[in-house]
Amino acid sequence: MSHDNPSHASPDPSAVGDHESVYDGLLGGDPSQWAFGTATYEPQGEDPLAGVDTTVPDGVDAAALAAYCLMLGDDALVMSHRLSEWCSRAPDLEDDIALANIALDLLGQARLLLARAAAADPGVVPVLPEDSPVPDEDALAYFREAAEFRNVRLVEVPHGDFAHVVCRLLLFTVARLEVFTRLARSLDPVLAAVAAKGVKELTYHRDYAGRWCVTLAQGTEESRRRLLAALEVLWPLGAELVAPTDVESRMAEAGVGVDPAAVADAVDGVLDLVLAESELERPADRPLGGVNGRTGRDGLHSEALGLVLAEMQVVARAHPAGRW
Amino acid sequence: MSPGFEARAWGALALQPPAAARARAVAATVTDPEMPMLTLEDLGVLRDVTVDEGGVVVAITPTYSGCPAMATMRDDLVHRLRDAGFEDVRVRVELHPAWSSDWITDRGRATLAAHGMSPPGPASRPGGPVPLSLLPRRRAISCPRCGSGEVELTSEFGPTACKALYRCLTCREPFEHVKEI
Repeated sequence: MSHDNPSHASPDPSAVGDHESVYDGLLGGDPSQWAFGTATYEPQGEDPLAGVDTTVPDGVDAAALAAYCLMLGDDALVMSHRLSEWCSRAPDLEDDIALANIALDLLGQARLLLARAAAADPGVVPVLPEDSPVPDEDALAYFREAAEFRNVRLVEVPHGDFAHVVCRLLLFTVARLEVFTRLARSLDPVLAAVAAKGVKELTYHRDYAGRWCVTLAQGTEESRRRLLAALEVLWPLGAELVAPTDVESRMAEAGVGVDPAAVADAVDGVLDLVLAESELERPADRPLGGVNGRTGRDGLHSEALGLVLAEMQVVARAHPAGRW
Repeated sequence: MSPGFEARAWGALALQPPAAARARAVAATVTDPEMPMLTLEDLGVLRDVTVDEGGVVVAITPTYSGCPAMATMRDDLVHRLRDAGFEDVRVRVELHPAWSSDWITDRGRATLAAHGMSPPGPASRPGGPVPLSLLPRRRAISCPRCGSGEVELTSEFGPTACKALYRCLTCREPFEHVKEI
């Protein structure tokens, strides 16, 4: 074949004019479909609550509401981060995708809840330089210290094997789904809406964890051994999810929150169903103690949280004026 | 009252419905960034378009809490409406009621199927305790390529938050199913 007469003309980069880009074709001729770096206008802020009425309902303590939102938001944020660490490490591609999807849903819940906390009481947001472009929910996620996080310790403890993440997810989603089902009737319309949406997502998450629990328990001797080991380690951490703190009790009394103690029986009922289907004995209840009565909800964490945050926050803290 | 004022007032009133309708029509052409064959209207994400003195206000709702496409949808709406001559465009988030796959229009369902994706069945009604389901969810769906009803669930989680993975046992092709929520 002659090189002088190619059957297909090859692209000539030098033919690109001053106002053209070799990437123009990617836009498909639709000028509203811009690619990164080609935007000709300032994108709007990405406030997840843009236009949502975030007025705190009459008679509700705004500081307590914010603290309550941080508890639910931090649970989701840290759990999401832990799940995302599984990406590329699950037994197969489908489970990689499943865990990443669950992590994404929880990250979305965390974002809404942290934004709701900031809107209820701006005092909870870490103070950043005045010209900082960091939105409030990001400031809460990336610029608080471990002792300011209000998550339960279940979501922060180090990873084990796949049975461990299944077990952690089961304990977490069973309790969260019971809380969110009731929270959908919150007197705070924002919290009610976030919860109603979360219920739909958590239903898929809980089914996933429950099915894997049965599969591992009824699988091979090895998978059952691993599941039992995970239950042994994690069961004492589950109790914190249904142990009420002062903030949760007050929010429940105000009709805004859910008393976790009030969902304890429902949580037990669902866990018993999964255990029965798995032909597993219910582990003995011996809740992991706190220090002087303080647990994760009070900011008393295991050292694992510090390591989680170090990785999660490092980029944001290195570039506090960064735009993403 | 001067006739000029009255005329202007009536003119402003008369202008209102067509401007809102036009804005609505423009917003309805914006597509979903992850399923570009679907418009935001067909997906049920576009909730409201109004026009007031301040400009156009578009309300959208996320499909899933962590939907990463929200920012792009917002930017695309602003861009498309500005191109159509609406200078001041605001996009607000509507969280209530939560999006349901039931809101995907009939045209949207037909478009999904035409693009090899299985449209969602009816979503369960919200409210009350949520039953635990330890067996794979049963769905009466068929392969969008060959029409066979012999299909098998691969995973309840797919390439985007809103999809599950299936494979057809007849033509052996994998396909995506938009989940019921």
